[in-house]
Amino acid sequence: MRNVSGLLFSGGLAFLLLVIATHLPFGQPLMLVGSDIIQASPHEVGSANVVAAILLAYRGIDTLGELSILFTAAAGVGLILGHRASQNVPPTQVKNNSGFISQKGIELMIPLLLVVGFYIIFYGHLTPGGGFQGGVILAIAFFLPVLVQSDARLDHNIISIIEGLAGAVFILIGLWAMFYERPFLQPFFNGLFAKGTLGELWSAGTLPLLYLALGLKVGAELAGLLATIADFSITETQGSLSEDDTQ
Amino acid sequence: MNMTGVEGIVLLGAIGLIMIGLAGLFMSNNVFRMVLALVILESGANLFLILAGFHGLGIAPIFLSNHAISDAGHMMNDPIPQALVLTAIVIGVGVQALALALILKIKAHYNTLDMSEIRQQMEYDLAKNNDVTLPASAQSPDSLVRSKVICQAEQTQPDHIQAKADVQQIGGSVNG
Repeated sequence: MRNVSGLLFSGGLAFLLLVIATHLPFGQPLMLVGSDIIQASPHEVGSANVVAAILLAYRGIDTLGELSILFTAAAGVGLILGHRASQNVPPTQVKNNSGFISQKGIELMIPLLLVVGFYIIFYGHLTPGGGFQGGVILAIAFFLPVLVQSDARLDHNIISIIEGLAGAVFILIGLWAMFYERPFLQPFFNGLFAKGTLGELWSAGTLPLLYLALGLKVGAELAGLLATIADFSITETQGSLSEDDTQ
Repeated sequence: MNMTGVEGIVLLGAIGLIMIGLAGLFMSNNVFRMVLALVILESGANLFLILAGFHGLGIAPIFLSNHAISDAGHMMNDPIPQALVLTAIVIGVGVQALALALILKIKAHYNTLDMSEIRQQMEYDLAKNNDVTLPASAQSPDSLVRSKVICQAEQTQPDHIQAKADVQQIGGSVNG
């Protein structure tokens, strides 16, 4: 009965969405503000990537709120799983590393992932990419050893320091803009941070700096999240293993 | 609207993803599968949102040096849904991580991922902690209030020795 009603509901919703979609004027811009932003952003923000301009300049406070949501999620996971228990557990007696090939593969992958991650962050205002995407790649670079080596752990203190510093830098740049009588968090051009020519690396004022802080914060947050979950799973499996030994 | 082009196919795909996700959410009884269904539903919704600012001949909203700004503006896709979806994806990751943490905790505590079993055990725990008797029919013996599944789960879990002792006490009082 529950299955039938579920299927009926999802089918009905799909039909409703389809009907709505057939009445939408596809191809025509639904919101005129989009084309206005496309026209204005090269002059006002100076970033070649319009999505980056929207994310950090026109909707900067929204991005700050998003960072706080991510922080809340990471804090919630830490609260639920708790990483204090994992530090009391002695390191595994049984070395179950995943073999020579994956160890060497990881050693090769980490520098590559770091380069790609920072490249995507630094070129976020010019190419598709930016702080979120690059941050995820950085997080993976730091998390890979935990997957392969059974005794590798991420240091939660370093992660929280990076996370806090990046968040503070993000807000401080936002406050800095207010000294030049601009709205909070709006990227600006001043002295060292020139507007530059559209499409060059050194352009768009403080926007790349904001993106760097964003990327580091997202990367640290995600790495901490994954490490907390991995710590918990390792503790659990070790606990069940030792129970099996006693029986 | 023109449903024959690329938009139509991708739009059907988005609606299909939403439908699959919803059906999975309703029909699966395993909490981890429900989270996976939520992920599918979320990607469908994101795709649907992105399509609102898409037209088949549009280009990515990134200025190249050889574009004149006024010309390029008309060719570009709407960048606002893209920025919104970027936000939605990151929030989705946060939600999934939180759900996964809860699932890990449930698995460690109840040793099952089945929704109905979890619900039964939670009801029993709540009733036990608050000194409330679970509703049961007058004809059924007390030992049947807790289903066989729970007792089996507890016998494999050494943490719940106290709870097992309680069960034996109840059973003893019934027998006596």
